Amino acid sequence: MRIKSTLENYLFVLPAVTIFLIFYLIPFIWVFQLGMYEWDGILPTKTFVGLSNFKEVLTQDNIWWLSMWNAGYITLIAIIFQNAMAFMLAMACDREIKMKNFFRLVFFIPPVLSEVVVGLVWQWILDGNYGLLNAWLLKMGLPHLVKNWLSDPQTALTTVAVVHCWKGFGWGFLIFLAGLQTIPRELYEAARVDGANAWASFKNITLPLMIPVAILVAILTVLGTMQAFVLIIAMTGGGPAYHTQVPVLRILASMRGSSRFGYACAQGIVFGVVLIIISFVQYRFSKRSRQY
Amino acid sequence: MAVKFSGCLRGVSALSILSLLCLCGCAPTPVENKNSVVIWHWMTDRQPAFEELSRRYEELTGVRVTFELYAPSDAYSQKIRAAAQSVSLPDIFGILGEKRDFSSFVKAGHVLNITPYMSADSGKWKNVFFSKALAVNEFSSDNTYGVTPGIYGVPIDITTIQMVYNKKLLKQIGGNPNRPPATLEEFLALGPKIKASGIQGLVSGWGEVWMIDCMANNYAFNVMGKDKVLATIRGDVPYTDPDWIKVFEIFNQMQNSGVLANGLVTMVNKNAEQLFANEKAVFAFNGSWCVNVYKGMNPGLEFGAMLPPTVSSRYPMVIWGGAGSSFMVNARSPRKEEAVKFLRWLTDREQQVFLAEITLNLPANKDSLKKISDVLAQFADDIETSTHPNVWGVSEFPAVVEALDKGIQSIVIGEKTSAQVAEEVQKIKQRELSKKNNK
Repeated sequence: MRIKSTLENYLFVLPAVTIFLIFYLIPFIWVFQLGMYEWDGILPTKTFVGLSNFKEVLTQDNIWWLSMWNAGYITLIAIIFQNAMAFMLAMACDREIKMKNFFRLVFFIPPVLSEVVVGLVWQWILDGNYGLLNAWLLKMGLPHLVKNWLSDPQTALTTVAVVHCWKGFGWGFLIFLAGLQTIPRELYEAARVDGANAWASFKNITLPLMIPVAILVAILTVLGTMQAFVLIIAMTGGGPAYHTQVPVLRILASMRGSSRFGYACAQGIVFGVVLIIISFVQYRFSKRSRQY
Repeated sequence: MAVKFSGCLRGVSALSILSLLCLCGCAPTPVENKNSVVIWHWMTDRQPAFEELSRRYEELTGVRVTFELYAPSDAYSQKIRAAAQSVSLPDIFGILGEKRDFSSFVKAGHVLNITPYMSADSGKWKNVFFSKALAVNEFSSDNTYGVTPGIYGVPIDITTIQMVYNKKLLKQIGGNPNRPPATLEEFLALGPKIKASGIQGLVSGWGEVWMIDCMANNYAFNVMGKDKVLATIRGDVPYTDPDWIKVFEIFNQMQNSGVLANGLVTMVNKNAEQLFANEKAVFAFNGSWCVNVYKGMNPGLEFGAMLPPTVSSRYPMVIWGGAGSSFMVNARSPRKEEAVKFLRWLTDREQQVFLAEITLNLPANKDSLKKISDVLAQFADDIETSTHPNVWGVSEFPAVVEALDKGIQSIVIGEKTSAQVAEEVQKIKQRELSKKNNK
């Protein structure tokens, strides 16, 4: 009877375990295994090279680490500006303002748009020769600010980061708004009765209660931004030179440009490990902050 | 409770079985219909013409040919690789990529050697093609890829990649619309005039790095000749050689003179084509397919084809050209004989004339050039002065090609000097050579 019950329990989790095995665990093991081969993705034979692909990624591939740095830079901008904007707009929409439902809808439009479409539209806006932004700057009497935004090495990466923030702030906005709505209104009323002004209420009520939400948004921002590439392909293709190369573009380049599937798999594993470490650190930080 | 529980259990079991059935159902079912040939391709612009030809062929022979379009080309490229892995390639398919990729498909047994068909009747079929178009699909006896010598693909059309100029804009900046700049000096002299007139100079898809590689190769052939270029690829001549630095310096000169369009280094070819078709740029570096593209964007555009302006008279300017698109027959297909018969029909004069008329591409059949436009004829004239990396017998390492392309981008944006780029490319070359030697 006991054995039957145990078997039944296992049977319940079988579909989930099967899906996890087929779509997550086996592909991960397979990718790791492929990372130890030199393979062009076509020939049926693969050459075993041990850990040399991983060694090459870690010690010789400077462009890979440059792409990690670029992704880190975009992520930093996203964490600071994208989330600050999302938080401020969520605060604004949390209050009793006119047309707040309209604004909630509008702020969520960018994330649901296709990344390719967004990239191409922004490429058109930022075009150095016939772009709307430069035309507007000229009209405003600011010709010294006119630039080739996407082909100038000084501005390309930051421009891509700003567009990424515009595209992505809607997710943070929604999560922050949901978080703000869980804060009991009585706390603010009590603070007001005690003579607290708006800043004091924000500092002593909103901010501490929103820290777990902010950490969740930060984790999602880091994971989403580090893996961003569609927008970048559409806007700059990773150029000029290597100025907007990001890790996923390098993986694609290894796979499609160089036909080095094994090396691309090794890059994917290294990238995955980096993301896991970052997530783990953020998780530990979030656990610690919840204790306060 | 027990009844409920066993109901749940049945549900879970049913779900598991359903999942397994779904997964099993993903496997393709082979169809062995001899009267049906399936072709996979990526050529969006040619699909209506292919469908019309398919209709004609079915009327003629009773064999149904289905052209399945998978675009864009990147997605297509991945699809055939995946199909090769699962041994589920169609009867006929095209291979996008370098000769190295082509050779892998052949070595994996996916591509039929069609030399016997081409050579039958004293090479009757083989002789209808431009030799350059066929060469791209051929592996010679001294090929370094380890492929059995032979012809493995049927060219459908040919392409040359060179420069085009807008006749009206060239006249506007003081040039002669009937005599475009022939030397680099003449070309660079137009830079200040282009800048002063507020239009763009040379546009191209240099954001898609292979086009820079193509132009750099054109100039490398012109500066140092074929033998030295191939010696560099073999590793016998370094990229720090003065001739290579001279090649890199040409891009610096172009940038400084103002003949290159703003934002060229991140420009994709579609944008470049729009700029040229909308008469916002005087020159474009593009393939012969542009004739069709420009016609679609601006039917009234007056333009001519030209070779890249030469920098040296020591060696000729050699452009990239050869087969534009080719089809390969699946060696494992049970319908390979039907597939070969169809390709033979497709490359006959009548069908090639039809394809050239509808798609404005240069036909691979050399007897089908009578009805092509004047501009296309200019491209066709230059096919004899063309070459292609796929016929060189040696391939440069992809990492080196990327370093060269990105290096030239760095020169154009003023970030690096020609000497610095040469050093960096050579460093990558040495790294790749030592990796190859260690294997």
